[in-house]
Amino acid sequence: MDEKVLTQHFGLKELFRIEVYREQGGYKAVEKALKEMTPVAVLDEVKRANLRGRGGAGFPAGVKWGFVPQHVPKPRYLCVNADEGEPGTFKDRYLLTYNPHLLLEGTILASYAVGINSAFIYVRGEYEKVTLRLEGAIAEAYRNGYLGKQILGTDFSLDVVVQRGAGAYICGEETALLESLEGKRGYPRLKPPFPASVGLFQCPTVINNVETLSNIPFIVQNGAGWFIKKGLPKDGGTRIFGVSGMIKNPGIYELPLGTKLRTIIFEHAGGMKEGKQLKAVIPGGMSAPILTEDEIDLPMDFDSLAAAGSMLGSAAIIVIDRETSILDVLKAVSKFYSHESCGQCTPCRIGTAWINKIVKRVAGGEGERGDIDMIIRLASNIRGKTLCPLGDAAALPVLSICQKFRRELEGYLPHA
Amino acid sequence: MSPEYSASLRRKIDEVAALYPKRGAALLPVLHLVQREAGCIAAEEERFVALALGLKPVKVREVVTFYTMFLRRPIGKYHLQVCSNLSCSLLGAGSLLEYLQQKLGIEVGETTADGRFTLSTVECLGACEQAPCLMVNFDYQGQMDREKIDRLLESLE
Repeated sequence: MDEKVLTQHFGLKELFRIEVYREQGGYKAVEKALKEMTPVAVLDEVKRANLRGRGGAGFPAGVKWGFVPQHVPKPRYLCVNADEGEPGTFKDRYLLTYNPHLLLEGTILASYAVGINSAFIYVRGEYEKVTLRLEGAIAEAYRNGYLGKQILGTDFSLDVVVQRGAGAYICGEETALLESLEGKRGYPRLKPPFPASVGLFQCPTVINNVETLSNIPFIVQNGAGWFIKKGLPKDGGTRIFGVSGMIKNPGIYELPLGTKLRTIIFEHAGGMKEGKQLKAVIPGGMSAPILTEDEIDLPMDFDSLAAAGSMLGSAAIIVIDRETSILDVLKAVSKFYSHESCGQCTPCRIGTAWINKIVKRVAGGEGERGDIDMIIRLASNIRGKTLCPLGDAAALPVLSICQKFRRELEGYLPHA
Repeated sequence: MSPEYSASLRRKIDEVAALYPKRGAALLPVLHLVQREAGCIAAEEERFVALALGLKPVKVREVVTFYTMFLRRPIGKYHLQVCSNLSCSLLGAGSLLEYLQQKLGIEVGETTADGRFTLSTVECLGACEQAPCLMVNFDYQGQMDREKIDRLLESLE
């Protein structure tokens, strides 16, 4: 049985062209919504579907839309987060490259539901080729009357603008993304106020991930009940898992939420690379606390991973083998966050830099006794003490590595 | 004297700025456009962009120095950016970088004497399934090994 939803037609040649997309039933959900449903009906359907945010936070999309005030005399905006930067994550690149019209259809539906006439799609700067593909699809959508003024002859209008980022992980954080769209440095904002009330250009704003929005056409077309059956009652639909690292068949795997991590690694992705043995897994992008080999009998959904002390995040699975030193993993993690900390909050700016320095010292054979405790202390002082989630994202994987692999790390330190 | 910017660049800047409710908000896309034409965003380009969008030059510099993709000085014809993040390093990005340094005779951050290659490391490029990967200007090159690097560099002669 094929469980795929978002990627079901990926094998088709030129699915990115509007004619091919329409042959597969594309834009039928927009026709249905605009002609047969009120915006509130669309919103309610999405709420009932329990679609949780695919960018990483897992916040229910329908609830988020419901926070947008409808009686404020200001424009409302939709921002599509295509800044995919969480290490290990590449699913949105596939969606944008192979099925850009699906995202546009979801964008139109979300905008219709919330009463939005202007959407921005923020794509990470490195995806230049991907952006060209997306812009081609947008031009086709305008030519075919799915974007622009009075869509399909209704009163609903929507304009879509694409902006490329310029190499800053922090801009994937929703308020940093807003700052970047306003032409500024990507400094996250203090919340509240939340973007739903004060967002882009101080106006009510919805920010959704590419994969989240790509699910909307299916919810509108097939209903919330159908969508929930594709996943779990409180966590509807499928998830596009990205598997990379020491794995036989790295790539994307669209599977029901709740699929076991072990099954994804050993059945879908073909198991470990020839001759390699499993040591650890990062289950939800680099910010997710690490799991050891005996912790992978877990269903991959937001709640199960949270209960296990990790997180599903962007569903990016990085597989680590026994020959790889955990110190090398820690090095990559601490280097990344020290590079990407925006510098606004002191605990994160200074803490990530110090952790990186100490880890490099240990890796250079110059470690001192007590270095691991020092790293743990620094990470604990970042956790929960920053404006945005980057602080926790930097602290939690470091803490989990130090706690779960302490003995191995101590082997790199001088002994008394 | 200020360098000449093409009429088409100026026209594109106006088109892009018109897409935003505030002209200055178009700063990132405009910087991308100017960098494509000028090769980098040096002080001269900063002043040009500031004038074009009605911003203070310091606002432009703030942004240029925050985002790693904006270059403040010219680089080589081909920018080789090797991913140094986890999935790529698990699969040998480190030794590929050493090989590139040795082959090009430069360190990370340097440009070859003939101006052809600039070598950098980058954080995750979002192509972990193709690890180890690198970017040549905006082209992704995946599953790299020494042989593929040899062939790649030859093709960029």
